[in-house]
Amino acid sequence: MTGDAPLSRPPMGTLAFWCWAAAFTGVVYLAGRWVTNDYVFFAGYIVLQYVLLATAWNILGGYAGYVNFGTAAFFAIGAYISTALNKWLGLPLPVLILAGAAVCGLIGLLMGGLTLKLQGVFFSIATLALAIVTQALITNWEYVGGAAGAYVIRPSRGPLGGSYVEYLFYTMLLLATLAVCIARTVERSAAGYGLAAIRDDEAAAEAAGVPTMKLKVATTVLSGALMGAAGAPLPFFVTYLDPPSAFNLAVAVNTIAMPLVGGTATWIGPVIGAVLLSIVQEAAMVTISSAVNLLLVGLIMIGFITLAPNGIMGLLRGRRR
Amino acid sequence: MAALLDVQGLGKRFGGFTALADIDLQVAAGERLGLIGPNGSGKSTFVNCISGTLRHDSGRVTLGGQLLDALPPHQRTRLGLARSFQLPRPFGSLTVAENLRVPLLYAGATKLSDAECRERGMALLGQVGLADKAAQRPRELTQIEQRKLELARAMAAGPRLLIADESMAGLSNAEVDEIVDLLLRLNGQGVTIIMIEHIMRAVMAFSQRLVCFVAGRKVADGLPEEVVRNPEVERAYLGE
Repeated sequence: MTGDAPLSRPPMGTLAFWCWAAAFTGVVYLAGRWVTNDYVFFAGYIVLQYVLLATAWNILGGYAGYVNFGTAAFFAIGAYISTALNKWLGLPLPVLILAGAAVCGLIGLLMGGLTLKLQGVFFSIATLALAIVTQALITNWEYVGGAAGAYVIRPSRGPLGGSYVEYLFYTMLLLATLAVCIARTVERSAAGYGLAAIRDDEAAAEAAGVPTMKLKVATTVLSGALMGAAGAPLPFFVTYLDPPSAFNLAVAVNTIAMPLVGGTATWIGPVIGAVLLSIVQEAAMVTISSAVNLLLVGLIMIGFITLAPNGIMGLLRGRRR
Repeated sequence: MAALLDVQGLGKRFGGFTALADIDLQVAAGERLGLIGPNGSGKSTFVNCISGTLRHDSGRVTLGGQLLDALPPHQRTRLGLARSFQLPRPFGSLTVAENLRVPLLYAGATKLSDAECRERGMALLGQVGLADKAAQRPRELTQIEQRKLELARAMAAGPRLLIADESMAGLSNAEVDEIVDLLLRLNGQGVTIIMIEHIMRAVMAFSQRLVCFVAGRKVADGLPEEVVRNPEVERAYLGE
């Protein structure tokens, strides 16, 4: 947010940004139609899933400074709502995504209402507790397989032609782009200034007229809903969903590491962090071993926290001054 | 004329410690009130109870006839009660201009457009002499500039009543005069001001009326020259 800096170029308007994002999505879609190797869509899906998760996390964690350790809970709930509704009614994927987002938004509302009176680290611990409680509940939910997990049949063809994985990729592309557009819109709106004020000094924000509680709860709902949407297509992507894979440590760690590496102050940070870290991990998985992933993420995260606490965007901005 | 701020029987305890006991205070619209008292006399607790940061245990507080007791701080700000903090608490990641933008966006009765926000913010910064620092971060400001930013941000909320909580502590004599002038100008524009201050020179120059707290009680309330000669006030400051 440097909108008042007299020398900087006027920032792109919100409408223009949405148009560019739509154009970008269209171009990737058209390019995707030429790709015949399904691996590209598998890898691309993972990258976009992390763009979505990191962006969703950053709306609360980066803009408002409330660190949510419960990403895995929202993500897994999205995945399990989708699994359950698919088994029960066999609804189409977009409906499952909306349902996952709605349920997770509601959980964000409950969690926010209960825990956002807690400031700073206490909020973070409460979100961690949420993840543990949710995992215990889902492990005992027999309808979706309980501890044994559930198989989900992935259709062989997607509704747009091409494989179903290709369809999942486009779905995730749309969701990720939407999330980035929402994040940027929030960032530039009055809410963005209110959240930044909360992050910097909550009592001073309240004294400046910011309804801090209302704003924090609304942000938790939005952030949770986007995480739920990220989880909803997962059962079709992995085809076998069990609690350990839904509540994967990698998801929780990555979602925090990516915004930190990219920079938490603006929408672009989580995008850069997500693309970079997920590509590094994908490359490590293919070339070295699948176990070295998290080690790499951990090392990169430590490096950034000690050497560049404001992430890549912070480094770039520092250079420009 | 009815008082703008009306405090009746205000009490606040922390555990067994009585921080404020049975405080009555009326402030008329347009008045300049000085509030003094030794350290620990309850001045800051009083400010926190009035502005909603703390909930008082007993009594009632009204602003312009509106009962404030159950309202959170941001709603009190919107009703026209703004405060500055003892130690400046700027929004560190925002520029100076953006610091004012927050109350301009949130505290006003009407929704301002982008251009209106900018215009009003710059006008306020001009008033406190920070116009050329608009694009800087608060940490790049000097001590007195941070105090001015603190006051400007409180003013951006468009208050009827401004509570300036020790906004001159640690400043040089010339700087103190500058802040007093600034507060007098704001008062001239119709803002009622309560100044909480240890620097007697500033309090005496500013106040039309002086109130003194000692150990959570109001011991004096009247013309400044009379209050400083009050034996209880003298004892509190100078000892027996």
